[in-house]
Amino acid sequence: MSPLDLLMAAPLGFMAAALMLGPSGRWLILLAAPLMAGLALWLALLPPDAAYLVGQWDLPLGILLRADGVARLMILATALVIGAVGLHALAEPPEKPGHAAQAETFWPLVYLMWAGANAGFLTTDLFNLYVTLEMVSLAAVALAAMGSLAAALRYFMIALLGSLAYLLGVALTVARYDTVDVILLAQVAEADLATLLALGLMTAGLLIKAALFPMHGWLPPAHAAAPAPASALLSAIAVKLGFVILVRLWFEAFAAVTGPAALHVLGGLGAAAVIYGSIQAMRQDRLKPLVAYSTVAQVGYLFLAFPLVAGTVEPSGAWAGMTLHGVAHMLAKAAMFLAAGLMLKAVAGDRIADLGGLAQAMPLTVTAFGLAAVSLMGLPPSGGFTAKFLLLSAAIEQGAFLYAGVLVIGGLLAAVYLFRALSACFAPLAGAGPDTASRGPVTGGVQAVAPLALAGLAIVMGFAGTALVDVSAIEAPWATPTVIQPEAAP
Amino acid sequence: MMTFAPLLLVFLPLVAAGVSFALPERLSAWRNAANLGVAFTKLLVVAYLLNATEAGLVFEWRYEFLPGHDFVLRLDRLALLFVTLSVFLWLLTTIYAIAYFDRGPNLPRFFGFFNLCVLAATGVAMSGTAITFFLFYELLTLATWPLVAHKGDDKSLRAGRIYLSYTLAGSVAFLAGILWLQSLVGAIEFAAPPDLTGIPALTLTLIFILCIGGLGVKAAIFPLHGWLPEAMAAPAPVSALLHAVAVVKAGAFGIVRMIYDVYGIGTVAELGLGVPLAALASVTILYGSVRALMQRDLKKRLAYSTVSQVSYIVLGASLIGPFAVIGGLVHLVHQGIMKITLFMCAGALANRMGIKAIADLDGAGRLMPVTMAAFSVGALGMIGLPPVAGFISKWYLGIGALQSDAAWVVAVLAGSSLLNAAYFLPLLYRAWLLPPPPDRPAIRELATTRDRMLILPAAVTALVALGAGIFASLPFSPLGWATLIAEGGYLR
Amino acid sequence: MDLPLPVLLSTGHLYAVTGAALVGLGLYAFITLRHPLRQLLAVNVVGAGIFLILGGLGRGPDATDPFPQALVITGIVVAVALTAFGAAMIVRQAQTRAAAKPAADDNENPAP
Repeated sequence: MSPLDLLMAAPLGFMAAALMLGPSGRWLILLAAPLMAGLALWLALLPPDAAYLVGQWDLPLGILLRADGVARLMILATALVIGAVGLHALAEPPEKPGHAAQAETFWPLVYLMWAGANAGFLTTDLFNLYVTLEMVSLAAVALAAMGSLAAALRYFMIALLGSLAYLLGVALTVARYDTVDVILLAQVAEADLATLLALGLMTAGLLIKAALFPMHGWLPPAHAAAPAPASALLSAIAVKLGFVILVRLWFEAFAAVTGPAALHVLGGLGAAAVIYGSIQAMRQDRLKPLVAYSTVAQVGYLFLAFPLVAGTVEPSGAWAGMTLHGVAHMLAKAAMFLAAGLMLKAVAGDRIADLGGLAQAMPLTVTAFGLAAVSLMGLPPSGGFTAKFLLLSAAIEQGAFLYAGVLVIGGLLAAVYLFRALSACFAPLAGAGPDTASRGPVTGGVQAVAPLALAGLAIVMGFAGTALVDVSAIEAPWATPTVIQPEAAP
Repeated sequence: MMTFAPLLLVFLPLVAAGVSFALPERLSAWRNAANLGVAFTKLLVVAYLLNATEAGLVFEWRYEFLPGHDFVLRLDRLALLFVTLSVFLWLLTTIYAIAYFDRGPNLPRFFGFFNLCVLAATGVAMSGTAITFFLFYELLTLATWPLVAHKGDDKSLRAGRIYLSYTLAGSVAFLAGILWLQSLVGAIEFAAPPDLTGIPALTLTLIFILCIGGLGVKAAIFPLHGWLPEAMAAPAPVSALLHAVAVVKAGAFGIVRMIYDVYGIGTVAELGLGVPLAALASVTILYGSVRALMQRDLKKRLAYSTVSQVSYIVLGASLIGPFAVIGGLVHLVHQGIMKITLFMCAGALANRMGIKAIADLDGAGRLMPVTMAAFSVGALGMIGLPPVAGFISKWYLGIGALQSDAAWVVAVLAGSSLLNAAYFLPLLYRAWLLPPPPDRPAIRELATTRDRMLILPAAVTALVALGAGIFASLPFSPLGWATLIAEGGYLR
Repeated sequence: MDLPLPVLLSTGHLYAVTGAALVGLGLYAFITLRHPLRQLLAVNVVGAGIFLILGGLGRGPDATDPFPQALVITGIVVAVALTAFGAAMIVRQAQTRAAAKPAADDNENPAP
């Protein structure tokens, strides 16, 4: 049995089980989290040419699951994030008492997203990617609907448009090349009108999913009202799938087609996203939208890396930086949303100004928030710093000083709004004098474990730089191609 | 190469930080014991290291951070100098801090971050590559911010904001400079300075400006010094810490490393960067002293004095003569010892008698003679009066200035000493020669253990400052040490 | 233009062009219509158009290429699921709005 198909089958199995078990389905996460983490670790340690043909159907009709560096790292991060978020949601009382049914449907949706994400990272079949994209979007919209139905509906409509644009692109690709496999397309793609149209449509659709400026509009409202675990999953996972598919398209399938101008358009949008997202985050006076706009900015970094990867003959640094940034963001953003959820539960309002006294009352949670902030700001030691270091080095080496400048300024802007939130936690309880007792501890230390663990991982990632860079280079499109040896039939 | 010692110096404060964070307030005795124990153990480790390095052992630890970039902790003579200073002063500041806070709020958090600061400062000292240096430098920023904002009131939070905006902007400039240089010469290791031939002078100059600018924020060079007086909103142990050992010295230390171990004195001279830097340092020296004169608050006056004094180190580093090098390096130690004395005394005065403004100093010498005696030694050292250590640094700097044909620097030094006298002597006059205000009760200065812990560390550092000056000719004095370092490698 | 209809039909171009027209119509409807249910229907029209394109392009003069048809079937399944979900959300939203309306006079905040 290969972990590649288990990684998709297991979450689907858990989803079915959760649906059948109803209210007691939430205990499944205790089994799912370590199992999936183990599978993901197994995947990461597989030999470099690991691949699996679903149903043993050969290409070009079959679906190939390929464990390249990006897939391994993303799946590992996904397992850790969803595992932690799930365990956290298990321990946490439901946000709106009385919404038992809502709490029940949370779990099948989580497993659906899990299955879709894993499949999306592994597969090289463009149409299969459409299916996984829809799985993840469905789960994401439903999770967002637990907060604000209106925002979720808007997200739904926009996401649907994006999916259809992507599907149209796939249709055009089928028409032109009679295959939808990324690896095969890499060998035959040419820059003609149909291909460019297809790529353009697919890119447009995926940019909507990835919430890149200016198609980010659905993200902040969807996050603001959603419960913390849902926000964590939205920001960390749902957005990343679109990004990974774009990486597959631009650097692998249609690498021969994409020119420097197009790459710089993406890079420019990424740079704009960084600046815009950061400025908007600075203007927020409520905590959750601040973190949501931070996601908009961080997604910008991922696309800012595109021209850096393509612009050099030795892209291992920029490629690793891009991948590690995605991973670090997943860990840190999930941690931050979970911590923010705990913090907001403890205070009267949801404004940043209301956060006073929390540094004393919830030290572990505030520490988790702080550590996550360190990674998001790109300060050492953290995964975020390692990624920024790699990207900045690549930008300077290529003479891309504009991108280097944006990388640097983005970090500073992030420091502005994140330290603002942290400062508010250190301030005394609003309205209290120096003699009144501060807020008593409102949450047990146990609940802070999940955000603290995720944030800690984001920091520790900074020390594993070499290993992570090596993993990210496995079967990368610019590396020496290895012959894919799918598993022999049992 | 032995690897355990650098790691131990980093690991021990981590343990102390963990213990401090974890223990609740009712177990504060255990926390204090842990802090003091670790501080003392570090002192023993450093003593061992001094011995072993004399015997010729090299201590280095290497870890691959990214392909082609290593984290390196290395104990060369300069590192050892800074580490010894840090560790020694840290023990004293820990004693002082325990006494100063006594039973305040949020102490687990304080001592936790306190120890993380030690870790960061020691790491800065032991960094063997530019990227390791940057890591610990940033860690220092992150660890000191909660200390600046410790009290949690508006003033502290504002001070924290200002501190962050200066230091983070500076670190960004420094990182940009380092990465730019690394894109041209590969990873920068201090033990093996990069070959800078072939790089256009303009590029090297720009990189130099970026790096020195970034480091100059922490080193409080004009006009990047604005955060330092604001940071006085922090409690006294933090001010003592920031101004004597951790932050300011880290910045100055970084500048020394840049000039000597990355660029090399020769390249700096060729690029003509030495004189502008010396000029900027001189401006800072005079500006700091003038602003100090204008202050009415004791801590603020000491803050501006620090702004002025740290630039002596930068001045020494930017002049070419060997005596200037020695003078700058030895002032790293002397200024640390003298300034910490002054700040600890100021804190004790505020804590015991509520003295915050200079006008309140009347008669303090009669009420707290030990404290004021230590303060006076520190003040005289700042002015540069022999036999206190400050005189030695200024003397060497002066000779070094003459050696590098920069006689104007001597004028700056003389002017600065005059200004120092102008703002320190009135303090001593008030304290010793004026009667105390009638409504101030007499106190027994060293009554309780807590009082002793509050005041004696300052007395110890004052004695050391005196000793460093009197016994400067001995080989193991700070001066002897600085001479050894200068002869060992900085006179290429 | 003299292409006989049978040729157009057998080579699938007619289906593809119709599909393109549907996509355009659906998109226009999506942009101009406000009611969420109509937008959902418009999206379905776009989807139908895409499926037509896919299916039509697979049609050759000799045999039909089954590969795009497999994609179409999968796509229809996905579209049905999403439409159902979307319709459920729209209905739920209408219900909460209706429940909130009479209470609006009492100054109660409607559910988000």
